[in-house]
Amino acid sequence: MKKLFILFVILAVASLFIGVQHISLADLLMLKADDVEVLIISRIPRLISIIIAGASMSICGLIMQQLSQNKFVSPTTAGTMDCARLGILVSLILFASAGPLLKVTVAFLFAFAGTMIFMRILEKVKYKDAIFIPLVGLMFGNIISSMTTFFAYKYNLIQSISSWLHGDFSMIIKGRYELLYLSVPLMIVAYMYANRFTIAGMGEEIATNLGLHYRSIVNVGLIIVAATSSVVVLTVGTLPFLGLIIPNLVTLYYGDHLEKVLPLTALSGAIFVLACDIFGRVVIYPYEIPIGLTVGVIGSGVFLYLLVRRRKQYV
Amino acid sequence: MSNKTKLIVLSIAALSLIMVFLFTDVKGNWDYIFRSRSEKIAAMVLTGCAIAASTVIFQTITNNRILTPSIIGFDSVYMLIQTFVVFIFGSTTLTMMNANVQFLVSVGFMVGFAVLLYSILFKQEEQTIYFLLLVGMIMGTFFQSVTSFMQFLIDPNEFFVIQDRMFASFNNMKTELLLVAGIVIALMIGYIVSYIRYLDVLSLGKEHAINLGVPYEKTVKRLLIVVAVLVSVSTALVGPITFLGFIVANVAYTFLQTYRHSYLLVGAMLFAIVALVGGQLVVERVFTFSTPLTVIVNLIGGIYFLYLLLRERKAW
Repeated sequence: MKKLFILFVILAVASLFIGVQHISLADLLMLKADDVEVLIISRIPRLISIIIAGASMSICGLIMQQLSQNKFVSPTTAGTMDCARLGILVSLILFASAGPLLKVTVAFLFAFAGTMIFMRILEKVKYKDAIFIPLVGLMFGNIISSMTTFFAYKYNLIQSISSWLHGDFSMIIKGRYELLYLSVPLMIVAYMYANRFTIAGMGEEIATNLGLHYRSIVNVGLIIVAATSSVVVLTVGTLPFLGLIIPNLVTLYYGDHLEKVLPLTALSGAIFVLACDIFGRVVIYPYEIPIGLTVGVIGSGVFLYLLVRRRKQYV
Repeated sequence: MSNKTKLIVLSIAALSLIMVFLFTDVKGNWDYIFRSRSEKIAAMVLTGCAIAASTVIFQTITNNRILTPSIIGFDSVYMLIQTFVVFIFGSTTLTMMNANVQFLVSVGFMVGFAVLLYSILFKQEEQTIYFLLLVGMIMGTFFQSVTSFMQFLIDPNEFFVIQDRMFASFNNMKTELLLVAGIVIALMIGYIVSYIRYLDVLSLGKEHAINLGVPYEKTVKRLLIVVAVLVSVSTALVGPITFLGFIVANVAYTFLQTYRHSYLLVGAMLFAIVALVGGQLVVERVFTFSTPLTVIVNLIGGIYFLYLLLRERKAW
């Protein structure tokens, strides 16, 4: 925990000082107006949005895995992200001049409905193979996103849609990221509900026996997941597999106690996204690679590793 | 209806669609229209045959009806190889290089890769089909991400030079490849014909096939190379169409109700031609190009896939 935190601080500071506009610590101490402005308008918003996006998406994954009792369920593998994108598209078509708050509301409604549908499908499937469920989820996401492409093509919105397909922090400046703050209270709620999620994960019967209103707990979890995903998709874009690999790696080392693991997951998620972002900014300096690609490459690679590894334990 | 009559009905349907596509709604210069339309038809017939044949063979080898080469990411491998070539040698080599030479080089890499993938994935016993499918799909995403990652690393100016060379569609095909692609596909299909009896036996499963005297390892490896070549050809011509193979193969199985690959292969190919030509007709004349064919195919295919996955799980 301590080591992770130190790593986090180092990366966060590094993130502030990497970029085309050179800022040195000495200049900063003298409070040169230019440098401070760069920091306030671009670097600090970027840092904050990285931390929030990384932490909240990882928590989303953790909640979903806990509720479905399946290590391979996450916003990416349950179609939540794709539904949120469809929602954004719909709000773009119907209310062309909508403000971000309306967009995020529509996106949230779609993401929530989509995740509910997915959970219903899961309940219908009697025989629950750990592998089968993410497969259905990915397929579900594919169908949703081909619907999105269909309408986007019709209304000439392909370009806007693809900017939500690949997460990208380079467009984040002051005034364009504040929506992300919405997920901070959601994370706090998630922490407060941690123990109840654990019990709900044991199944409807046990949870009810232990005096829990199962449905409402599940709904709270899904609302948190859908809301955070829509906010992140709208401001940053899709961060594929983030909600899948971080919780898996953390629980691999620290166990499944949700209340204990939750802060660690958030911290590791932030560290992971920070590291990916710094890598993307440095590797073809002065250009940069969108974070969605870096996370996508590493994320799908780690997912493959996890699959093969878990399978071996299984057999 | 016997299977022969079914196939005859199908070929009549395919032919009449092609005729409608060629000869109706002609406005303007006839020579030009005829030329461009017949090129399109040629490309569609070639890709249709390649996709259908590769899918049916692949499904027979792996012995299940939901895995297809494109669902487990074969065509993203092709894209990756293309990008890799540019990444290593730069776009000038690509533009200088003859399209046919470049195509053959990529196919060569692709075959090597397919054999490697096969030996890693399918050799291990006791793998459930869902595991393979999930791994395949994630690998597809992985290759796609790596591809776009490399495309970003390439100098942006260079990237635009190669972009439209890499992503083709039916309205933007690489006609210069038609001849080579036609020859390659004809060769492959000729090769498949000599294996048709083996294919019938292979569909019984590995143990039975070996018992009945099929040299299993050798046959499967050769057929897999054929699949890799066919997938590369179709991807090179028109780009990836993920679910087409899945749809036509499964429709062919239900329509023909047979295990004989001579019927299955021909049936699936005809279905593919019907789907592509008919779909393109709808896209061009009804939607007036407002949506690409691949989007429609993927939408329908995705729903069909999910349906089969949820409904008929016991079947495999």
